[in-house]
Amino acid sequence: MSAGIRRILPQLLTLLAVVALITAFFPSFLSVEMVDGRLVGSAIDVLKRGAPVALLAVGMTLVIATGGIDLSVGAVMAICGAAGAWAISNDYPLVAALLIALAAGLACGLWNGVLVALVGIQPIVATLILMVAGRGIAQMITEGRILTFSHDGFAFFGSGTIFGVPTPVILWLAVGILFTLLVRRTALGLLIESVGINRRASALSGVNATVLLVFVYMASGICAAVAGIVATADIRGADANNAGLWLELDAILAVVIGGTSLLGGRFSIIASLIGAMIIQAIDTGILLAGFPSEYNLVIKAGLVVIILVLQSPRLSPRISAALSRRRKEPAPAGSATEARE
Amino acid sequence: MTAKALMAGVAFAALGTAASAQTVGFSQIGSESGWRAAETTVTQQEAEARGIDLRFSDAQQRQENQIAAIRSFVAQGVDAIFVAPVVATGWDSVLEEAAEAEIPVILLDRMVDSDPSLYLTAVGSDLVHEGEVAGQWLVDEVGGEECRVVELQGTTGSSPAIDRATGFRNAIEGADNIEIVRSQTGDFTRSGGKEVMESFLQAEGGGADICALYAHNDDMALGAIQAINEAGLNPGEDILIVSIDAVPDIFLAMSEGDANATVELTPNMAGPAFDALEAYMADGTMPEKFIQTDSQLYTPEDDPMGEYERRKDLGY
Repeated sequence: MSAGIRRILPQLLTLLAVVALITAFFPSFLSVEMVDGRLVGSAIDVLKRGAPVALLAVGMTLVIATGGIDLSVGAVMAICGAAGAWAISNDYPLVAALLIALAAGLACGLWNGVLVALVGIQPIVATLILMVAGRGIAQMITEGRILTFSHDGFAFFGSGTIFGVPTPVILWLAVGILFTLLVRRTALGLLIESVGINRRASALSGVNATVLLVFVYMASGICAAVAGIVATADIRGADANNAGLWLELDAILAVVIGGTSLLGGRFSIIASLIGAMIIQAIDTGILLAGFPSEYNLVIKAGLVVIILVLQSPRLSPRISAALSRRRKEPAPAGSATEARE
Repeated sequence: MTAKALMAGVAFAALGTAASAQTVGFSQIGSESGWRAAETTVTQQEAEARGIDLRFSDAQQRQENQIAAIRSFVAQGVDAIFVAPVVATGWDSVLEEAAEAEIPVILLDRMVDSDPSLYLTAVGSDLVHEGEVAGQWLVDEVGGEECRVVELQGTTGSSPAIDRATGFRNAIEGADNIEIVRSQTGDFTRSGGKEVMESFLQAEGGGADICALYAHNDDMALGAIQAINEAGLNPGEDILIVSIDAVPDIFLAMSEGDANATVELTPNMAGPAFDALEAYMADGTMPEKFIQTDSQLYTPEDDPMGEYERRKDLGY
């Protein structure tokens, strides 16, 4: 348990630092109120707005742990959102619409997985295909317009609340917990890590690497489908051009901030989720701070660079060593001066 | 020999029918946005209403396709050519070919860098003026009362975002009671508009300190309306909403009292173009080199449901 805490400690500290920074600029950041039976506040907005990236990060963590990458998740979000919106606006029942959206995600994941595991195309190339083509598929479903619908049941997944908590927050927490239990309460996580470290050696020692690889891409697909449902339900419309645009990059960034190596191997879904919240806290913080919009991306990039530098394997031991030295050394001197005064 | 005679005959026939355009070639950029699709639909409707045979060519965002289309229109001997140019440069030679064939060319929606003598006229909207119309509406609406405005900008650095911001500021310049307190980009999307509006509401006392929202397009306004609703406020009443474009969905919101005003970016660039062409064909009247389309303001008094019905099938 303590090892688990130690694993996510850097991410937790970073999140606290980012929140402290935002609170310095915008004091009421952490204040949460109850309005009309729903929790309202900037912190709640972070948890809610961060849902798509958090959901994508769950699947992306598993893919990256195998040494792969999934660039298609943003486009898959658009496809699944469009499929769900199409179904609901054609008067399919809610359950059917959700199942169609999830099935679309699974199919996209299967396509990626087959290309990577069976055909043997490099993951970055294999998923690039769907990244480019996926938006076209989504546009075909929506016929090039924003496909709007007015169905409160479907919209609930974007803007509804359960006991005052926005549904997207519940969704990403549930998906995160579900996948964590799935990979950590079984040997699945260990097998994924072993495939990521050395696929050939794992295969030789009896791990069915091919099935595992297809599984992780399908997991990424279904996470993207849930994210697509959230994004579509949120604006009550499927926007094929913009839903999930560039979110694959934010999801990869969340995994990297979460400390999982792009080379594969050990991973932590919880750390990736915290990484997603760090990114969203920065995004929301920039909006709240009221800077001109030209600065948005520069500020974000600057903060991300600082975070990554502090976490780098070369620097972080030195920084923590320097910190602990400073903590040990000046402390007696400080107390001595205090005593003299 | 026979071909020449035939062409002379055709020319005679054309002169014989009081010289009005019979066939017009239209090279469209593509269908990258709902507005573009609506422009195509409206152009076809306008041509049909005037009994003109419209030869349509979709360039799929590529200039070489447009140049090839114009050349083929010249070869077909159409009476006039409409072009919505995808880029501003590189049109000189193909426009000269059209000029040599004495086929008038009219630019729709976008401009080119070529010599103005190479085209008859250009029909387009003035983005700064759109912002001014939106700003003027707000000035008139609030009277002398204090009004703190939040602004949802378009994609940072894009010309509609810059011009619509400038126009709005021009209009409210004299009104000291109106102040833009927050301004952020929503990237012209619904989700961007919703997310940024949520942060505006948080930053401005839960929305109590905001009197009006100015969005650079309707989609961002529609996203913001949802955010305002979810924050427990009443869009259109607690916070006035003014935006630009006049897409069908904003009229739905207007009919429900959620939006207050929108400025039309008309997809009907072809109507004024056909009118100018008709006058030119009839007695050689040279139109102005730039015909500015109306930036009409729509409010809930303008039958929003009717406007929605009129627009919903245009392809937005």
